[in-house]
Amino acid sequence: MAEFALPKNSKVTVGKKWPMPAKVKGDKGTRDYLVYRFDPDTGENPRMDTYTVDLDDCGPMVLDALIWIKNKVDPSLTFRRSCREGVCGSCAMNVDGGNTLACTKDMKDISATVKVYPLPHQPVVKDLVPDLTNFYAQHASIQPWLKTTSPTPEKEWQQSHEERQKLDGLYECILCACCSTACPSYWWNSDRFLGPAVLLQAYRWIIDSRDEATGERLDNLEDPFRLYRCHTIMNCANTCPKHLNPAKAIAEIKKKMVERQV
Amino acid sequence: MATNGGNGAPNYNGRAYPIEDHTYDVIVVGAGGSGLRAVVGCSEAGLKTACITKVFPTRSHTVAAQGGISASLGNMGEDDWRWHMYDTVKGADWLGDQDSIEYLCRNAPAAVYELEHWGVPFSRLENGKIYQRPFGGMTTHYGKGTAQRTAAAADRTGHAILHTLYGAALKHQAEFFIEYFALDLIMDDEGRCRGVIALKLDDGTLHRFRGHTTILATGGYGRAYFSCTSAHTCTGDGGAMALRAGLPLQDMEFVQFHPTGIYGSGCLITEGSRGEGGYLTNSEGERFMERYAPSAKDLASRDVVSRAMTIEIREGRGVGAKKDHIFLHLDHLDPKVLAERLPGISESARIFAGVDVTREPIPVIPTVHYNMGGIATNYHGEALTKRDGNDDSIIPGLMALGEAGCVSVHGANRLGSNSLIDLVVFGRAAGLRCAETIKPNERQPDLPKDSADKALSRLDHLRHANGGTPTAVLRARMQDVMQTNCAVFRTGEVLEEGSKKIHEVVAGLPDIKVTDRSLIWNTDLIETLEFDNLIAQAVVTMDSAVNRKESRGAHAREDFPDRDDKNWMTHSLAWLDPKSFKVTLDSRPVHTYTMTNDIAYIEPKARVY
Repeated sequence: MAEFALPKNSKVTVGKKWPMPAKVKGDKGTRDYLVYRFDPDTGENPRMDTYTVDLDDCGPMVLDALIWIKNKVDPSLTFRRSCREGVCGSCAMNVDGGNTLACTKDMKDISATVKVYPLPHQPVVKDLVPDLTNFYAQHASIQPWLKTTSPTPEKEWQQSHEERQKLDGLYECILCACCSTACPSYWWNSDRFLGPAVLLQAYRWIIDSRDEATGERLDNLEDPFRLYRCHTIMNCANTCPKHLNPAKAIAEIKKKMVERQV
Repeated sequence: MATNGGNGAPNYNGRAYPIEDHTYDVIVVGAGGSGLRAVVGCSEAGLKTACITKVFPTRSHTVAAQGGISASLGNMGEDDWRWHMYDTVKGADWLGDQDSIEYLCRNAPAAVYELEHWGVPFSRLENGKIYQRPFGGMTTHYGKGTAQRTAAAADRTGHAILHTLYGAALKHQAEFFIEYFALDLIMDDEGRCRGVIALKLDDGTLHRFRGHTTILATGGYGRAYFSCTSAHTCTGDGGAMALRAGLPLQDMEFVQFHPTGIYGSGCLITEGSRGEGGYLTNSEGERFMERYAPSAKDLASRDVVSRAMTIEIREGRGVGAKKDHIFLHLDHLDPKVLAERLPGISESARIFAGVDVTREPIPVIPTVHYNMGGIATNYHGEALTKRDGNDDSIIPGLMALGEAGCVSVHGANRLGSNSLIDLVVFGRAAGLRCAETIKPNERQPDLPKDSADKALSRLDHLRHANGGTPTAVLRARMQDVMQTNCAVFRTGEVLEEGSKKIHEVVAGLPDIKVTDRSLIWNTDLIETLEFDNLIAQAVVTMDSAVNRKESRGAHAREDFPDRDDKNWMTHSLAWLDPKSFKVTLDSRPVHTYTMTNDIAYIEPKARVY
């Protein structure tokens, strides 16, 4: 029998409302945050805690607010963060209904209460920290390094300006996993479908004029699941915080698959 | 007490901490540029290599490097590694070790080609070669012309290099321990480093890594300051581990302020933006760098530009409502150039300053960026200390690389784009040295019986710290003191006050409070361990700065405005007593010789740009 109800332990409950520390002088007001909490030590169901953030004491980004909460209200709130400028990909989470980087998401682009969840459809380790082990293993599986068979030159491999431009829109990927975890196809089949981020990376090496393993790379993707579970839903391109288009890269790989058969 | 053997669960204060033991030939702590390069080198040499990192490798701070990597490839015109060496020696204000600088500059081109062969998507010229841009302090013919020496992948060079190095490490099937937080070095009675103890974040287990050589590639400690371009994770964990192991740190008073951090957020705007033609203006619209550095102008060395900006602001010519920052103009550049060569900072300026760089200037301010100081090493990456009359005494089993190390190629001031090349040249050197000195799978003696005790007691103590001051409050106090009292310009008085204040912050340590008691992804605990690492280095930095009574590179003393080669052309060494936080200072001589006869020692002279 198919089971349509969510497992009991995945139901999110109403959490605690945390008091705000004394308001700092200023006229920017406050903003409510509704944040997903999961404590692996108790094993209790996840809950949504409410915090009130003092905007006169806090930077403009969602990450600033989370750090403010951690520093001023609740040190146990757990999330990943590092560069705070949108290049390391640590603070990927679901904010205001979309996957993005908390560090480059400006609160003023969100109306009313800011809702923060971990990246969807990944196992949650604690609070906003998802387990990305499978995502990283999939990335390693596409062998993300330059493969050549010609004798290596003493200096650089020649690559024309135009050939190099083909990597634009691909090499910038920061492996934040926003796109893959926004993809319904990846939600259903993440055990076998590589997902948009990893396929974009795959295409980055396929299209690199210096790489001499295109055939091998395509063979590795020629599979009903690894590549072909992309149904051009386009959530990946909509959500990418770096404004990349993984769906287009996937379409290009599919084109290559057809081309090599004719 | 913790026990040494097996995979049992030793108790500490009645609480069990399961320990898992691992043995490797080489243990690399940190997975940024230098750590990954060393991992690749050691793996290639057939050494069993572990890489322990507190963040997934591509999240390391190397990812944020923008402008490029210096090497005299000569793709844009004539170039020579000797010119690069001259610039680096001068940039370092003659505090760099010239044997190491020679090693760096002559090996730089090969290191860049190697990165290219591994797949780094460098920007290209029409002729298919790697594009190179001008950068601060980089000249040709020993200071006469402007060099285009900095190889770039648009303004995302660090990102391109880090992702490629991670790929190279995967290719060599390196063993990663990801999201493991290194707690302490294991030292034996003879002063040899025998490995490291780490905490696995997702389950709280402890891991004891035993290795012939431990390589610290843990980065800088920029977060000791309130405003920095550094990532939240730049907490100098390796430097602090060295201090706790009774080892000195070198040249810690030299903290580089990058001229162009975005006003407010501190996010970096690459020096490459000035390399591509950008310039700074004050409130009068004047290109003031022409006054301070008539020849190099906006492309003078970073310490010079940061001081000039600070003087402009101090003399009332800052911009903005509070007249407390400076404008960086890129609006005169061709939008096509901006889109192709500076896309990343164009976006950063939009997000963090609300500025459209094609139309408006970016508000910028000198911002803490890089630590020239660190664990002293030779050009093989081997850690050094001064003992028994030997100024270059090797600490067996320990190496340090990148910003965590101080091979002293950067001396008193690093040139832009010299850090990325430092990472790969010395990361490679460390791999070569390990291959030379270690036989794969060679038997290792048992670890000292108390190898886990210190790390465990510190962990247990902080995990259960139940005082009245949250970590965030103490950290903010430390950052405030460093920002106010150890800044671009320094005086004896301000530094003395800073020393008093930073030791007051230390006095607050027994009252620290950790709220989260869990062992699973306890970031409250990790931030506390990181703060403990930061404060140790903040103290050492402040007290080293008090001590150095001259101005050199990034250390600008208004009460001692001149460089004093007679008394101060020496590396500072600082030891820290882990209990009292009392600093002991000494010095070791700068290497005033080169590595080979291919270039003569470059004699000190006045440093003008």
